[in-house]
Amino acid sequence: MNDVLLSIENLHVTYRTDEALVYAVNGVNLNIMRGETLGLVGETGAGKTTTALSVMRLLPDKIGKIEQGKIYLDGLDITAATEADMRAIRGNIVSMIFQDPMSSLNPVLRVGEQIAEVLRIHNDKLSKSEVDRRVDELMEMVGLPKERKVEYPHQFSGGMKQRVVIAIALACEPKLLLADEPTTALDVTIQAQVLAIIRELKEMLNTSMLLITHDLGIVAENCDRVAVMYAGEIVEMGTVEDIFEEKDHHPYTVGLFGSIPDLDKNIDRLTPIEGMMPDPTVLQAGCPFYDRCPQRMDICNTEKPAEVMKGTHMIKCHLFSNVEKAANVEKVGEV
Amino acid sequence: MTTKNVDKTGVGKPDSRDYTKKRSQLKLIMYRFSKNRLAVLGLCILCVLALCAIFADVIADYQTMAIKQNIMNKLQPPSAEHWLGTDQYGRDIFARIIHGARISLTMGIGTVLTSLTIGSIFGALAGYYGGKVDNIIMRIMDVFLAIPNMLMAVTIVGALGGGLVNLLIAMSISSIPRFSRVIRSSILSVRDMDYIEAARACGTKDSRIIYKHVLPNAIGPIIVNATLSLANTILSISGMSFIGLGIEKPMPEWGSMLSEGRAQMRYHPNLVIFPGIAIALAVLGLNLVGDGLRDALDPKLKN
Repeated sequence: MNDVLLSIENLHVTYRTDEALVYAVNGVNLNIMRGETLGLVGETGAGKTTTALSVMRLLPDKIGKIEQGKIYLDGLDITAATEADMRAIRGNIVSMIFQDPMSSLNPVLRVGEQIAEVLRIHNDKLSKSEVDRRVDELMEMVGLPKERKVEYPHQFSGGMKQRVVIAIALACEPKLLLADEPTTALDVTIQAQVLAIIRELKEMLNTSMLLITHDLGIVAENCDRVAVMYAGEIVEMGTVEDIFEEKDHHPYTVGLFGSIPDLDKNIDRLTPIEGMMPDPTVLQAGCPFYDRCPQRMDICNTEKPAEVMKGTHMIKCHLFSNVEKAANVEKVGEV
Repeated sequence: MTTKNVDKTGVGKPDSRDYTKKRSQLKLIMYRFSKNRLAVLGLCILCVLALCAIFADVIADYQTMAIKQNIMNKLQPPSAEHWLGTDQYGRDIFARIIHGARISLTMGIGTVLTSLTIGSIFGALAGYYGGKVDNIIMRIMDVFLAIPNMLMAVTIVGALGGGLVNLLIAMSISSIPRFSRVIRSSILSVRDMDYIEAARACGTKDSRIIYKHVLPNAIGPIIVNATLSLANTILSISGMSFIGLGIEKPMPEWGSMLSEGRAQMRYHPNLVIFPGIAIALAVLGLNLVGDGLRDALDPKLKN
């Protein structure tokens, strides 16, 4: 299993606020191979960003806490690393692209300076001219004229700022890139450009990527595998083909795809999933989707469904537990 | 791959604009400042005072004109020889005022720089880390704030003894709490910005984040507060000298000149009027500049 770059095992994260204890992530398991792009989809508040922040160990101080579980990045246990180790890892081995490029650049520093900063932090030996040259390279790599490195962020448009953010994230050629809705704040044409840049650079540097988004189109275009997250749990995971073309799905995934309007038909109303996400301050005994599930059974309310594997396709739903048992029996029979 | 990328997006095309010319925020601030006439007036007043202080020795010799007593010449009205007249010891008032500017300005700036530096450190730590650190630092500052500024300075000078250095220490200590308050609050507003988290995500150390990312973004209110409190400090120093706790006697200082001229005030008003005007001008100039800076630094106030 040398190819696994990031492996998250049974991750539980809580936020301790004044009013309540919020269960943000409840038992997430996932792996990312080297060079692979994993799409993490789900509605707002499903715990996607929290999962990414856990990998960076950047959960809000004193509020967010990893309660349980292990995160291995390139063989190193993130949950046990010291703060100094983490500083050496952040930006160097794993880096993050934030949602809003407008606010993730420091307004009082020149953009070139901001790209240079991450280079200097992780490479003490680089001379001033080497850093300069590398900054020029990075600017050109993301499609910005290198002359503009002396400008301030407010002199750039949104898409260009996101390019600068990408340049910063890729400056040290990290092994893993966490892209937290990198295109949400951009308009559609710029979205396509930015994604194209990320994709090309990722291939060039052989970087793995966790792409967080709620745009299923982006997932289909950019990802190798997809994980669908709901209420802090991954309810379905598989290759893009598994998710987009197979017929067996978690009812939540069905609802998610069902809420995309069909271009070929004339529809008056969209078909959303009825109901709301369960209260995150209450830990669910059974399946978190129980309340909204059109195919719910009695067992769903009381017992957590197991992760049912079918080849590369994982579904966490009682509807498929029997199928798995049957498949196991078959396998045993074959052997 | 890179070139293909550049062609597709179109931003890589040669650009005729000259980016090497450093266009900066500073220019914009200077422009906004220069539009404010009162602020420019204040700056002019300050410049004149500063020039007087710098070239005081050229304008009037310290030993022979500002210090040396000349009883024969005492209490002269303003004349061509003594522009603002002489005091009860026959010393030239104009000479004493410009040498006094030296003391007032250096002491004022020294006090503000000292308390600003120390106050910044405390305020930045309290604001950035929050929680326990914040509580401990700010409660100690609250204790200091509970004592009136002047009373505090008087007490410290009383304990340490007079003299310039002790006065500076006393004034600094009494204005540290105010600075750390202001700095803490402006840091609180910057601390949770996305770019601070982004800097953390790059593996930047806390000390570097505070120094490079947090402080520069919080600098506006800090500069304004420093300018305005410089005026306050000059006033306090004069006050301290007036009650005899500031500088040692023959030294010319605006506050002590006022104090010494008190007795002759009725018959020789020039003894108190001119030092008074000097204090008023300095404070006015600093306040005008402070107001102008606040408007220039705050982009929300521009019209």
